[in-house]
Amino acid sequence: MQRFDFELISSWIPERARVLDLGCGDGVLLAGLSATHGVFGYGIEIDDAHVLASVKHGVNVLQDDLETGLATFGDSTFDFVILSQTLQAMHNVEGVMREMLRVGREGIVTFPNFGYWRHRLDVLQGRMPVSKELPHKWYDTPNIHLCTVKDFEDLCVKVGAQILDERVIHGGKQVTVLPNLRGSLGVFRFRRRP
Amino acid sequence: MSELDPRSVGAAVPQRAGFLEPLILKAGKTLASYELVYETYGTLNAERSNAILVCHALSGNHHVAGVHADDPKKVGWWDNMIGPGKPIDTDRFFVIGVNNIGGCHGSTGPGSIDRATGQPYGAAFPLITVEDWVVSQARLMDRLGIQKLAGVIGGSLGGMQAMQWTLSFPDRIRHAFVIAAAARLSTQNIAFNDVARQAIVSDPDFHGGNFYAHKAIPARGLKLARMLGHITYLSEDLLREKFGRDTKRTEYGFNYEVEFEIESYLRYQGDKFAQVFDANTYLLMTKALDYFDPAKETGGDLPRVLAQAKAGFFVASFESDWRFPPERSREIVKALVAADKRVTYAEIDAPHGHDAFLLDNRQYHELVAAYVDNIASEINAGPRRTPLALGTAELEEMRGFQVQREGT
Repeated sequence: MQRFDFELISSWIPERARVLDLGCGDGVLLAGLSATHGVFGYGIEIDDAHVLASVKHGVNVLQDDLETGLATFGDSTFDFVILSQTLQAMHNVEGVMREMLRVGREGIVTFPNFGYWRHRLDVLQGRMPVSKELPHKWYDTPNIHLCTVKDFEDLCVKVGAQILDERVIHGGKQVTVLPNLRGSLGVFRFRRRP
Repeated sequence: MSELDPRSVGAAVPQRAGFLEPLILKAGKTLASYELVYETYGTLNAERSNAILVCHALSGNHHVAGVHADDPKKVGWWDNMIGPGKPIDTDRFFVIGVNNIGGCHGSTGPGSIDRATGQPYGAAFPLITVEDWVVSQARLMDRLGIQKLAGVIGGSLGGMQAMQWTLSFPDRIRHAFVIAAAARLSTQNIAFNDVARQAIVSDPDFHGGNFYAHKAIPARGLKLARMLGHITYLSEDLLREKFGRDTKRTEYGFNYEVEFEIESYLRYQGDKFAQVFDANTYLLMTKALDYFDPAKETGGDLPRVLAQAKAGFFVASFESDWRFPPERSREIVKALVAADKRVTYAEIDAPHGHDAFLLDNRQYHELVAAYVDNIASEINAGPRRTPLALGTAELEEMRGFQVQREGT
């Protein structure tokens, strides 16, 4: 899968930043950021195959559960904490958001936008959506907390996150007109509300 | 040889190095001179940059990989980790196994003759710490012309030595593999160690540690110590699965003879061990474990201590290990992260308990192999020359590869 959110994230990260990547997958985002931006960081990953892939990419990967593993990190110890297309699979989304705000000076979250028109159409037709963005059937999906761009804005308010930037993209392009309807991927940048 | 296992380093020859420079020990005493016995596998490159030191745990020794020419059945204790086509490949790396001072496999230890008296040291042999071992190992590296190690690897007590290397000689180690270890022993661990020691010292044949002079060995005490240790190195699940409540006879005997299979197994293991291992070495090794606590001088501030390390760290634990559980490894990882160190941490799903660090496990070995490959690119040692072979199918393929290569 092409990760259009990675390009956007890369454009936001300054040189030599300290980055924590939650659910770092095969580690390509961190490996890329360290090659192009000289960032220092850690990835957290629970899946064995992903941990191995991350090591192969030369990433500092720590095998742990995101829902509890952030206790490893001190307050404000990272410039950026990234949660890329993982939010929807978490149990305690609110808890993780609060931990991101504690550990990082800024947070970046990307997630599949459930408000995307194709998903809405599927639901209107009486079916759970199955798409490129949400490829799983309802009964075997890891995605237990799907939300729309608007829903996520509400959560930001609740956990005390001030949104610094908010993009909705589709097919690699930013959607500016009716983004919650026409965009399939939400990308948010935020910090603790001062 | 290659027909049996194409991944074996083959026949290994133990070597000796004598040191006349006194070793000043942490305990305040001095070892006037000492010998280290070691083995090497692979070839040291021209830059002398491809050396990996293997540190052994409580009962280990210098025979890490391959076999001995006179005894092809005597396979090294970490043979599944080291060799061409294994995680630490000897095509690219020069691997060193050393028997620690205080050991009983050839390096100077309590059973060695004290030149000053002409008698075995026995109780007079000083307590040796992890720090002391690391200094002695560094001197061996000097002797071999190795200024900077590509890596130091060890499990359990061996992992502690790897960690200590990054603190004692931060400029002489690129990477530390700290496996199934801890930054210091738990209370429970010290307790187990003391029961083991009490079993040994209360054996009438111990003679206050000078049993050599009495031509005796405290075999009963050493056996008990090993039996206790053995239980703690395995997981409960594994014991249940392996032995259950199986008995030799179907009816209970209602006496104190060996009945359950686990009793028979443990006694056999204990007896076997007591015949080959030195009781004083066992005492010394368990004390070295107990004393290891690099953060002690900072009042327990491990991140502050680890701040001086320059190495990258590979830390791994095993889910079923209750002697050195994952929590202990996570403490190390947390401190390394707080100190901004490069670290990789894996928690391996293995059912065997503490012993898992010595056993075959695909995920574990693939991770070590991947990390070793990264070190190889760091020192420009190139790609693997023999493909990594961890499974039976890959091994078969490798046999073909070997034949091909031998043909060219």
